[in-house]
Amino acid sequence: MGRKLLTEHINVEGINTFEVYRKHGGYRSVEKALKTMTPDEVVEEVKKSGLRGRGGAGFPTGMKWSFLAKPEGVPRYLVCNADESEPGTFKDRQLMSKLPHLLIEGMITSSYALGANTSYIYIRGELLYVLRILEKAIAEAYAAGFLGKNILGSGYDLDLHVHPGGGAYICGEETALLESLEGKRGNPRNKPPFPAVQGLYARPTVVNNVESIAAVPVIVNEGGDEYAKIGVGRSTGTKLISACGHLNKPGIYEIELGLPVEEFIYSDEYCGGIWKGRELKAVVAGGSSVPILPKELILKTAAGEKRLMTYESLSDGGFVTGTMLGSGGFIAMDETTCIVRNTWNFSRFYHHESCGQCSPCREGTGWMEKVLHRLEHGHGHMEDIDLLVSVAKQIEGNTICPLGEAAAWPVAAAVRHFRHEFEWHVTHAKEAAQPGAVYRANAVLV
Amino acid sequence: METTAVKPQFSEAAQAEIKRLLTHYPDDRRKSALLPVLHIAQAEFGGWVSPEVQDLVAEVLDIKPIEVYEVATFYTMFNLKPVGKHVLEICRTGPCMLRGSDELTAHLERITGAKVGGPASADGLFTLKEVECLAACGFAPIVQVREKYYEQLDTPEAVDAMLTELRNQVHRPALPWEETGLPNALANN
Repeated sequence: MGRKLLTEHINVEGINTFEVYRKHGGYRSVEKALKTMTPDEVVEEVKKSGLRGRGGAGFPTGMKWSFLAKPEGVPRYLVCNADESEPGTFKDRQLMSKLPHLLIEGMITSSYALGANTSYIYIRGELLYVLRILEKAIAEAYAAGFLGKNILGSGYDLDLHVHPGGGAYICGEETALLESLEGKRGNPRNKPPFPAVQGLYARPTVVNNVESIAAVPVIVNEGGDEYAKIGVGRSTGTKLISACGHLNKPGIYEIELGLPVEEFIYSDEYCGGIWKGRELKAVVAGGSSVPILPKELILKTAAGEKRLMTYESLSDGGFVTGTMLGSGGFIAMDETTCIVRNTWNFSRFYHHESCGQCSPCREGTGWMEKVLHRLEHGHGHMEDIDLLVSVAKQIEGNTICPLGEAAAWPVAAAVRHFRHEFEWHVTHAKEAAQPGAVYRANAVLV
Repeated sequence: METTAVKPQFSEAAQAEIKRLLTHYPDDRRKSALLPVLHIAQAEFGGWVSPEVQDLVAEVLDIKPIEVYEVATFYTMFNLKPVGKHVLEICRTGPCMLRGSDELTAHLERITGAKVGGPASADGLFTLKEVECLAACGFAPIVQVREKYYEQLDTPEAVDAMLTELRNQVHRPALPWEETGLPNALANN
């Protein structure tokens, strides 16, 4: 059983209230940081912890913090990215709705480290009910003197607000998020300048994922070195994994990084295996944007080593035989899953969510959706398969923000690992178009 | 925008909430409150934001109407046409599809008589809308109605329970800032 650094108390009755949260050691990191540490010392601990951005990119949080420009007399901001929208990912929603004070505590300690006096939690608009939970908890924190003027007599002031989005996946991209927070369409900005220099209202800004911020209290309480002892190599600490799809026990699991993928899928402590006694066919391990892997390659690397839940192990083999840990959105697919249909579904998602700013993404996602739709519905041609790969390649690297890559990678990987299935959709177009039809080792399963 | 209809007005409760929200942003950045205010507007005026309502939002925030239009049309949560009493937002993305969202959508079309993307059901109760990932994939398939998530709708019983609950709702659930009674626009909803 791994250590639970974030979710140890998640099922305690009333843990969403200030009183109960405080009784279980809540807000200690605020006391420690504000009373005994300088802001730079807090940054130093986060650097030592090796914490990497939990939203998907995996960029070291401490390093991101150290890039923040600090011109004299200019306000700077911390913005929490709670725009959780990556298909397969639902950890932040759970964390915020059950442990609102953990995020608030993390926001206070982190804002102090960055010298921000106003901070925002940008939450996706669909989660208005979670916004209500957070606002209630924030009011409690103000009443207890952990927010507002002169927090705990330290002379440090902080206001914290929650801001809802309006239903746009793209706002999870940090510059689109800032545009949205300014009341505009969520069009990502050209970089540079980076948010660390010109972010919200053109002022220095750090944007961090909910789970990254929520890890800061334990890092401050126990020290960065202690935190770094958990995990494997450069994958330190714990990670929330959103397990979904065809699993016996879907849900949120906090794992120590380094857990073998096979254990995560099959052990009763975690997902309890594949539902209905079926076989696993494929996994998308880090949210819909990362490459899909067939069973053989998700359980073991191409070199035959056990695949681990770490940034490095999951990406072993690059995109030829590996994938990414990403956001930890772990989507398992059983043997009855049609890969073409699933890829079409994801392409439709990216086409729907493309902001339309860059032609390769706006047009390319539409093309991929169209071609996949005709393959899935029995009107495809053999050339369509390479056409998909070609379109994906032309999007990749040619857009302002990574939505282009996010749309291209799943398609390229699906063709790479399941080309036979795409070909079968052409050679057996009529059968393939039947509802529920699935290619399975030259046999049709209906 | 020229119109003969009565100009919409925010209820007192909504006006107070907007005033509170505006304190969250710098004084010269009132536009920042646009998305939160659009959510309030949609709740106040029958689940959608008409051009007149968007003009009202522009007026309240002291920005140009076009600044509201371009935002309201970008974000998919804002309904730009009249809707039924309850808008059922069915998640259609991968993880929900793996757990039966296609079947759920077909089932909901059959029993409500409404079509996804079409007008409300004949009784005016239900509008069906397909949406992308709602971040609740472990509890798929999912439908969102206003602020509530209905999860694991993989049995007819679960779907019936949701529809019964909605049919029995005379008014939409009150929002935290609507302290007493119900705001003026609820009669329309």
